Amino acid sequence: MSGVRVLVGTRKGAFILSSDGARKAWKVDGPHFGGWEIYHLKGSPAEPNRLYASQSSGWFGQLIQRSSDGGRTWEAAGNDFKYDGTTGTHQWYDGTAHPWEFKRVWHLEPSLTDPDAVYAGAEDAALFRSADAGSTWTELSGLRGHGTGKSWMPGAGGMCLHTILLDPVIPGRIFIAISAAGAFRSDDGGGTWKAINRGLRSEHIPDPTAEVGHCVHRIAMHRSRPKVLFMQKHWDIMRSDDAGDSWREVSGNLPSDFGFPIEVHAHEPETIYVVPIKSDSEHYPPDGRLRVYRSRQGGNEWEALSKGLPQKDCFVNVLRDAMAVDSLDTCGVYFGTTGGQVYASADAGDSWTPIVRDLPAVLSVEVQTLP
Amino acid sequence: MLPQHLRNLAGVGGVVRLEVTGPATQRAVIDAIEAAYPVLAGTIRDRGTQKRRALVRFFACGEDVSLESPDAPLPEAVACGKEPFLIIGAIAGG
Repeated sequence: MSGVRVLVGTRKGAFILSSDGARKAWKVDGPHFGGWEIYHLKGSPAEPNRLYASQSSGWFGQLIQRSSDGGRTWEAAGNDFKYDGTTGTHQWYDGTAHPWEFKRVWHLEPSLTDPDAVYAGAEDAALFRSADAGSTWTELSGLRGHGTGKSWMPGAGGMCLHTILLDPVIPGRIFIAISAAGAFRSDDGGGTWKAINRGLRSEHIPDPTAEVGHCVHRIAMHRSRPKVLFMQKHWDIMRSDDAGDSWREVSGNLPSDFGFPIEVHAHEPETIYVVPIKSDSEHYPPDGRLRVYRSRQGGNEWEALSKGLPQKDCFVNVLRDAMAVDSLDTCGVYFGTTGGQVYASADAGDSWTPIVRDLPAVLSVEVQTLP
Repeated sequence: MLPQHLRNLAGVGGVVRLEVTGPATQRAVIDAIEAAYPVLAGTIRDRGTQKRRALVRFFACGEDVSLESPDAPLPEAVACGKEPFLIIGAIAGG
């Protein structure tokens, strides 16, 4: 019988939640790396037992961990994230030039085909690649060298490269997103990059329609249709039908279009999920009611999904990397909260149950569908 | 002596015994630690700048030597192994 493995990164360690295909009884394993911040962990699509984890601490810096047995055992990989060439500067909060400084890895994206190849999205914003299972890392410096790099400015959470999408159809096409620079696309494996922010409008920046400077929170795609992208921006849900060349707003009837994660149903490319948050300074659900919103039309028309979720006195947040789907016949949807709950829906969002309620604050959730 | 999280990473107990060639300095001790336990590279000092991480402190013979030059000689009692060189995770975070 098939099963699922949910990989959860938290402020104080990693947890692995596993179940059979019924997704009713769960085993909770962890913490792995107790006491460390695990910003993200993710499995290789080519070899599901190969996992990568980003382990960091304000005291002891950044490590990368690798597992070859589905997370039972781990070994430290390489952590030498060196910016390529002259480091240069970006814009600081006060507008002054600030040197690029490596702080941590926010997101790890394993190759779709090679378990030893993996990308790392870093703060301060840069994209690194390893071809040897994380032992050594090389910066794809064409991104940071993009002509606009000097004008990038950190968001409140830091200048992080948090989203990496590998196009499953067009070899070498990569989408990334940076807070608060925006979205970028490479069509040559990360050598050169194009800002893809046309159509975004951000009222809080000096030029609301600038080429860069938009606080993109998350981008998602369906692997059958990678030219269609969905974006949760600081404010606004956006959609592109041309691989990011242009965007249009599809926030529609949402109670708030602020939020962090966005995800696409595994089998229905027009079905998408977001978690509305009240505002950029009030990081909790509107009215204290935790609701996932689902659109079956690729945006604009949204329905609230609340069955099984707390509908009063709930003031948690759901962070950008903390939502994922499985690919079982009835798509499962999962998300984790800053209150330490991980909720699962085995019916595409119609109803929810907590897998676990009392983890440390959840930073990321990924799901593997196992044979 | 290493802090708990670095002991776990390196898979060692509380006190690590190291041979240091040449003068016993902070730099020489950390060079020896990183050579013996490569997983600790970058965890005590920044890989690029070689500067001590801000929330890591060094103690020798009851004194905080964190702000001394990495090339300053450590006390003789530490150099000859009578006293430990303590690497501490600062009490921080509230």
